[in-house]
Amino acid sequence: MHEMSLAMSIVETIETEATHRGFGRVERVVLEIGALACVDPHALTFGFDAAMRGTCCDGAELEILTVPGMAYCFDCQKNVEISRKGDACPECGSYQIVVTGGEEMKIKSLEVC
Amino acid sequence: MCTVCGCGEGEIHIEGDDHDHGHGHSHHHGHHHGQHHDHHHDHSHGPDGALDFGAGAAGVHVAGQSQSRLIEIERSILSRNDEIAARNRARLEREGVVAVNLMSSPGSGKTTLLVETIKSLKDRVPIAVIEGDQQTSNDAARIRETGVPALQVNTGKGCHLDADMVATAIDHIALPRGGILFIENVGNLVCPASFDLGEARRVVLASVTEGEDKPLKYPEMFSTADAMIVSKMDLLPHLTFDVEALIANARKVRPRLDVLRASATGAPGLAAWVQWLEGLNGQLRTAAE
Repeated sequence: MHEMSLAMSIVETIETEATHRGFGRVERVVLEIGALACVDPHALTFGFDAAMRGTCCDGAELEILTVPGMAYCFDCQKNVEISRKGDACPECGSYQIVVTGGEEMKIKSLEVC
Repeated sequence: MCTVCGCGEGEIHIEGDDHDHGHGHSHHHGHHHGQHHDHHHDHSHGPDGALDFGAGAAGVHVAGQSQSRLIEIERSILSRNDEIAARNRARLEREGVVAVNLMSSPGSGKTTLLVETIKSLKDRVPIAVIEGDQQTSNDAARIRETGVPALQVNTGKGCHLDADMVATAIDHIALPRGGILFIENVGNLVCPASFDLGEARRVVLASVTEGEDKPLKYPEMFSTADAMIVSKMDLLPHLTFDVEALIANARKVRPRLDVLRASATGAPGLAAWVQWLEGLNGQLRTAAE
């Protein structure tokens, strides 16, 4: 359940931003989570609900945008979309692929007042 | 329970000190002030010589008043962990220490392998060990019996070590200059994969008493590893386990994975793993000079 650690990290990052940028309350948090990131969005939402209490994020809505998993296949030399790590290249079936995108875990934007 | 993060008071603790700093400090894991690791903000020292993280109450925030607006943040959720990990890495390099993060599911033989590895390596290479577990100091005690320094980090309810815990631990352990610092992570094939600790290499163990499809079931762990040790090889005659299938599965998620075979009873394989470590130590040292 490392999603709890991630949720805590999100709240800490936002509280730091709140101090630097001078906002008080956060109404909405938009995250960008890659399909290949080791995160369960449901568990992250659950963790965030607990972590936000008593902070500037208390009551904030969490929106999670999913970024597709991308890989480059060395055998067919194409950029392909994969849904999880360990998948073969959907074009040629090779496992000689390297992940090129979809591992990000980012706080994209905030709606604050 | 802490109202910010849900962690219980004094959950995370690192042994090794004899004094008590109390619990009167705030909890933000030392993240607000940009300090490099002022441990007064992170943990406290328990009466049994342990360091406690996560003590104290949540910070209080005063809400401001203004109109709703959208601000772009574009920051990695793990940026804080990654910053601390980068500092750990720089510090370890500066001190001439090669750190190896050992990960696996519980019971695949990390500590036993480590004990045997230390016995055959300690006369030639300085060694220290950071032991991560949710509870007990049993593993650090086992390591200390070999004569090398070991520090136990108890994560409480935490399922992984993070860079901040390791930063504190390396403040409290005699670093093995010119040698290897083993960091034995919490037994877990999921969460430790996401947290950079500042190590030089990540090594995952998979024992022959587990399934050949472990790398496919837990791809994140294997895809971030530099090497895999197939452990408990001495049990192979008693099992129906296909080592080649395990290796093939691991290389599906990590095509360029170093593979070693080992068993804590020595043969077969321990020597190759010890050689791998000595090679790594020499190689990184030459690169640094």
